[in-house]
Amino acid sequence: MSTVAAQPVTLTVNGEAKTVDVYPMARLLDVLRNDLQLTGTKEGCGEGECGACSVLLNGELVNSCLVPVLQADGASICTIEGLAQQEQLHPVQQSFLQRGGAQCGICTPGMVLASVQLLSKHPQPTLEQVREGLAGNLCRCTGYQRIFEAVQKSLAGQEKA
Amino acid sequence: MAESKQNRIVGVSVPRKEGAAKVTGRARYVDDIALPEMWHGITVRSSIARGRILAVRFGDGVRWDEFVIVTAKDIPGRNCVPLFLEDQPLLADGVVNHPEEPVLLLAHPQRELLHKAAGAVQIEYEPLPAVFTIAESERMAPVIWGEDNTFKTFLMEKGDVDSVWKDADHIVEGEYETGAQEQLYIEPNGMIAQASPQEGVTVWGSLQCPFYVHRALKVYFDLPDEKVRVVQTETGGAFGGKEDYPSIIAGHAALLSWKCGHPVKMIYDRLEDMAATTKRHPSRTRHRTAVSKEGKLLGAEIEFVTDGGAYATLSSTVLSRGTIHAAGPYNWPHLRVRSRSLATNTPPSGAFRGFGAPQSLFAMERHMDRIARVVGLAPEELRRRNFLRQGEATATGQLLRDPIDLDKMLTRALEVSGYHEKKARFARENAVSAVKRGMGLASFMHGSGFTGSGERYLDSMVGVEGTVEGRARVLVSSSEFGQGTNTVLCQIAAEALGCEYDDVEIAQPDTSMVPNSGPTVASRTAMIVGKLVESAALGLRQTLLQAGLLQEADAPDAFRAACHGYMQQFGPLKSYSRYEAPLGVFWDDEKYQGDAYPAYAWAVYVAEVAVDTMTYATEVTNFYALQEVGKVLHPVLAAGQIEGGVAQGIGYALYEKVVWSNGRMANNQMTNYIMPTSADLPPVHVYFEEIPFAYGAYGAKGIGELPMDGPAPAILNAIEDATGIAFNRAPLMPEDVLEQMMRMAKGTAQEPQPAEVTR
Repeated sequence: MSTVAAQPVTLTVNGEAKTVDVYPMARLLDVLRNDLQLTGTKEGCGEGECGACSVLLNGELVNSCLVPVLQADGASICTIEGLAQQEQLHPVQQSFLQRGGAQCGICTPGMVLASVQLLSKHPQPTLEQVREGLAGNLCRCTGYQRIFEAVQKSLAGQEKA
Repeated sequence: MAESKQNRIVGVSVPRKEGAAKVTGRARYVDDIALPEMWHGITVRSSIARGRILAVRFGDGVRWDEFVIVTAKDIPGRNCVPLFLEDQPLLADGVVNHPEEPVLLLAHPQRELLHKAAGAVQIEYEPLPAVFTIAESERMAPVIWGEDNTFKTFLMEKGDVDSVWKDADHIVEGEYETGAQEQLYIEPNGMIAQASPQEGVTVWGSLQCPFYVHRALKVYFDLPDEKVRVVQTETGGAFGGKEDYPSIIAGHAALLSWKCGHPVKMIYDRLEDMAATTKRHPSRTRHRTAVSKEGKLLGAEIEFVTDGGAYATLSSTVLSRGTIHAAGPYNWPHLRVRSRSLATNTPPSGAFRGFGAPQSLFAMERHMDRIARVVGLAPEELRRRNFLRQGEATATGQLLRDPIDLDKMLTRALEVSGYHEKKARFARENAVSAVKRGMGLASFMHGSGFTGSGERYLDSMVGVEGTVEGRARVLVSSSEFGQGTNTVLCQIAAEALGCEYDDVEIAQPDTSMVPNSGPTVASRTAMIVGKLVESAALGLRQTLLQAGLLQEADAPDAFRAACHGYMQQFGPLKSYSRYEAPLGVFWDDEKYQGDAYPAYAWAVYVAEVAVDTMTYATEVTNFYALQEVGKVLHPVLAAGQIEGGVAQGIGYALYEKVVWSNGRMANNQMTNYIMPTSADLPPVHVYFEEIPFAYGAYGAKGIGELPMDGPAPAILNAIEDATGIAFNRAPLMPEDVLEQMMRMAKGTAQEPQPAEVTR
């Protein structure tokens, strides 16, 4: 093992300040899943290809398997667990649920966060913007068609009550 | 009969049962579960394709006393993975037969120490000669399995094919190949086991078929039924890839737990999952077809060969489905199909959506375009003249009693895709453009349920029970892995019970709690298991009616009180239903004749492509998928199945190439094994025809595998339309297009094979 010792790292996760003692090069993914028990963030490939581990770090979408936790020290992180307000689903979650955007569900947390981030940049995205914007998040089940629809129709006003 | 009433729930796109848990990240997959005092396990695998193990050494730099080590000697029962044949060991014992074969297992409390330790295990081998391809295996140089490297052969005959050649106007030959394909579920394989001689074995994991794993664990540990328990956790995709392999991981995790006295978790990382677990069988198909000048198919000989890898596993059943589907949806007066599955020193091939049919249908549908060219007919017209119709017999002699309307489907598919207009326009535009566009189609079928007598042997059983809250719970071992099992079975139960969809739940598949409703494979769940759920639910409703607690005319919300009331008065409320083969169904395993499947789903797919002659990249620009799958139980889920299957089919055709190096997958990463991203896929236009099937739940037939069968041939047909080049191997990569176009430029271009044989 390396001689580097565990050290305290402070993160604001889903609005709550957390301090964890971790190795600085630990993956943010492992810290979220193992130290903070936020298992909604998934590991699909461990090399930044599939996007299952996507979280928002200071509002930007990152693959948490590629982020050493030290790099996130002091940052604000949003995981899938931080999106719904108690039982009230986020409109993007509601739209995925209603329109068949989730099948096996393993890519869904990352895909939903990627969609939220996409919509924050392009509130009314074209199909092309959605296709390009989600290209870093792989889904093996849906063929993406229903995800496109879910994202484009999750805007306020298009959601069924 | 259910059909006579207006359905309330079946046919409606109700919310996915476990959907809210999935979109919020609350759904618990196996790696999200931690048990107290849990250890972690890893597999040490062979680095060579074939050889004898001479010695195993545990290298320096690892505190081996902290690890638990398991070898074949630690298996309390039998060291074999029980499938059709028992040739595959759970852990190699003295010899290895493919790269990445499990040799020994390590467990340690700290997951992060495992990789270094596994790397410090040195295995010394005496290498033996190996075979890596179908051609090498056929030459038997050397023999690596059995007497002749052959896992299984089939001979399927109809009429007298030897009589057709002399009068044929044309004889058309062709050879077609398909490569391996990785299932690439986004959740890798994983399992947690808790095992001890006192308590028996319990495993929780990502899997399709709980009772397959249950049977395997009984064999490894020599335990009775009740000492083994298998629980399916939320499963992040499977596609066949979690049909047989989980029996191996479950065994490994359980052996480690048995020895170390702790629960043990084994989660494969992506590299290990891709390198070590099963893939779609590579295949080679040869066609020889007799055709009249009017374009009537007179007869054919088809030879279908698959590469099964190092052990027999599921190869015989994959071969069986591939053999039956090899003839396509056409009326053959005379036919002979010979098929073989061969051994090579690669990891065993396995189940993947379609299960042999995508391979043999790729060949058939490419060959149909070749025949059309020889005869001088349009590809759609040749198909139209030969479609199977109601009352005709399939290649196995199965009389098609139910209505089929491929003719109408073809017309509609050509219409919705703008086929003729686009084809003509592309032909004009291609003359002056570097981007060549084209249209291609494929017509095909997929048999629902197990082949032949399979369903009879499975003897599936399902239950529906009342809960104390007055709800109904569906009891099946059929698993959810994205396709919608939970939702569709609850819809069926609610419809039959006459209650609300929200009043029905489904039990987690747990072999100690649910009956064996058979494996979740072969497009059988909605149709066959669904029908049993319908019947069990009707039985439960009948009980409530007879007890006077429910009236026929009651509104759906009366169910809860009736169910609750019954349990208060009489105790447990349960209803079971067991599979019975429909009357008049006949199958001869020896002659390979008879009713191969209870029902078939039928389809016509159209691909529109653009081939860039500067970059050699092919893009599918639109895809049209029209199918008849019986009654559509849930429009959103059904369309999702088709769209997802088409996406995998596009990957199979154009992106997903497994590169082999001495029997090992060389590109076992998502970085260099490329599946389609959202930016790669075209709009997929999905259309259904509905002809309810009397023996399926509310008229349903199988749907899940069908969309895997059509895209690859439709796309390569479209590429031929665009470029004039007949490519006959999938996947087709840009470098293949480059090679052929370079030849054309140099004037050395040639048909990969002569189309028509000179007689």
